[in-house]
Amino acid sequence: MTLAAGIEGSNPILNIVIFGVFVAITLGIVIYVSRRRTAGAADFYTAGGGFSGPQNGIAISGDYLSAASFLGIAGAIALNGYDGFLYSIGFLVAWLVALLLVAELLRNTGKFTMGDVLAFRMRQRPVRAAAATSTLAVSFFYLLAQMAGAGGLVALLLDISDKTQQGIVIAVVGVVMIAYVLIGGMRGTTWVQIIKAVLLIAGAAVMTVWVMALYGFNFSALLGDAVAKGGAAGEALLNPGKQYGKTGVSKLDFVSLGLALVLGTAGLPHILMRFYTVPTAKEARRSVVWAIWLIGLFYLFTLVLGYGAGALVGPDAIKKAPGGANSAAPLLAYQLGGTLLLGIIAAVAFATILAVVAGLTITASASFAHDIYLNVIKKGEPGAANEEVKVARITAVVIGIVAIVGGILANGQNIAFLVALAFAVAASANLPTILYSLFWKRFNTQGALWSIYGGLAITIVLIVFSPVVSGKPVDAATGKSASMLQGVDFHWFPLDNPGLVSIPLSFLLGYLGTVLSKEKPPAGKFAEMEVRSLTGVGVEKAVSH
Amino acid sequence: MSTTESPPPESTEARTELHDWDAVQSSPEFQRLRSRLRNFVFPVTGLFLVWYLLYVLLASYAPGFMSVKVLGNINIGLIFGLLQIVSTFAITTWYVRWADRTIDPLSQELRDEMGDGK
Repeated sequence: MTLAAGIEGSNPILNIVIFGVFVAITLGIVIYVSRRRTAGAADFYTAGGGFSGPQNGIAISGDYLSAASFLGIAGAIALNGYDGFLYSIGFLVAWLVALLLVAELLRNTGKFTMGDVLAFRMRQRPVRAAAATSTLAVSFFYLLAQMAGAGGLVALLLDISDKTQQGIVIAVVGVVMIAYVLIGGMRGTTWVQIIKAVLLIAGAAVMTVWVMALYGFNFSALLGDAVAKGGAAGEALLNPGKQYGKTGVSKLDFVSLGLALVLGTAGLPHILMRFYTVPTAKEARRSVVWAIWLIGLFYLFTLVLGYGAGALVGPDAIKKAPGGANSAAPLLAYQLGGTLLLGIIAAVAFATILAVVAGLTITASASFAHDIYLNVIKKGEPGAANEEVKVARITAVVIGIVAIVGGILANGQNIAFLVALAFAVAASANLPTILYSLFWKRFNTQGALWSIYGGLAITIVLIVFSPVVSGKPVDAATGKSASMLQGVDFHWFPLDNPGLVSIPLSFLLGYLGTVLSKEKPPAGKFAEMEVRSLTGVGVEKAVSH
Repeated sequence: MSTTESPPPESTEARTELHDWDAVQSSPEFQRLRSRLRNFVFPVTGLFLVWYLLYVLLASYAPGFMSVKVLGNINIGLIFGLLQIVSTFAITTWYVRWADRTIDPLSQELRDEMGDGK
């Protein structure tokens, strides 16, 4: 794949110029909104909780609609048809869990991190350490997915086929992201996400209307053309099962994926942290409503774009392109609007990666500085709070470097799939603990630790010994196995996605850990947490912008 | 900034002392807020999860049914998927209207009583 040429008709210079303009404008805005920044942790982590619901809702959709959503889902629909659509449905329905069970209560209970809520009525140090560990793990998987996407895009759009040169571009993306986070903190990052969300959704809307117009706004005709272009396998594009329907195991895998998607969102630390950027629970509710409408609309667009790429570009051309499935949307852009539209969509895709990576980095660094440094290492000493933001900044740089190295190594992996793994970890290690903490009075420290560490360990072990890492049959056409590692096979777990096993087990571990422990949670702490979470009493008032 | 040994926001620590959380929690007003919320969000969560799982299971185990064409090339599976999006929008709207009308006044009342009206 290193020999692959860029998309025919792509103008690398134009692509770089458009992307450069985006970076320059957003950096300018980041510097502008940061001019009144205060030095405290609240400003760096959550912009002082001063965003409005609609602003935060747009930023959430900017944070959530990653490169995997845009490039990965459009590609999955183009190549696998209906089965790609499941990703969108799962990603969207998942927001109802966040809306009904988590967003408002979390806003009222915590301050900066997921650990604030999980440790509220538990022993602080062990639970915060656990919360930070799983935050870092989820963020790492998610980061890897985004950076891997960046590598693919580079090959595709800048016509850089040399791995070293691709690595340099990934490094540039990483450095720009670090700059956003260091200069702008959460305030700057939020604005980058808002701008990116508007560009991404507008870009997808234009392409959707364009594709539909070519078919006289007759979706059935578009599907018919996608089937015709698909050749012998074309008809299967419309029906479930093309990708997952082959065997009993792959059908179970589909159910497992569906479960991980729907339960993962409300456990993603970078999404949870966004709820702290608004002043009240009511604004958190409004944020989710905005996010749900924007995200739902966007997934409707990707349905058209995916089948549109299948119909107008054709699955064979997509498979042959550098980046494979991930190149479906850019190829469609070129087909529709030539070099210029391709350049714009390419820049939007880069912006997407940049904004999501910045959001992940600030979340991971907040969790390390606030949960591990301040509360575990320094045991919450008053003096250490002043150091906290400095530690967070250093952590952001370290995470940025890890992301760059990981992105270079993961270059070429399927990004929708890597994101699905991040969701499996979030749904297993985080969601059970969050729900138990908020709703189950008896839940205690041991239960929290069992479900976080247990969920994390089970998920990672099942992934390592799954066909994803080793042992998928060698594809006759490419001569390579679809697994990460070639030429070895140590898998014993049959499913690609561990959710079906790991999520129920994590809930069970949280329950068992609690009932098998004699620990009594501090008297009155649950009463305080419940009253706070439902009424929002004592929530800090927002710093106005 | 003070210690975070007790995790709630530092600025409210002074106020924390003033509240008798157990008394508020056991007050009838709070119990009403709590049961209203739980009686809404738990059943609705169950409902949409079952509806979603039905969709996933049908797509996985009844592809023949999902492939039946209804209108041109548009089959039951596609309509089912689009209905998931529609139901998500509908539940969102339903919940927000309900929460604005039912939950917000109750929690406002409690905040006022606790001297934290906003």
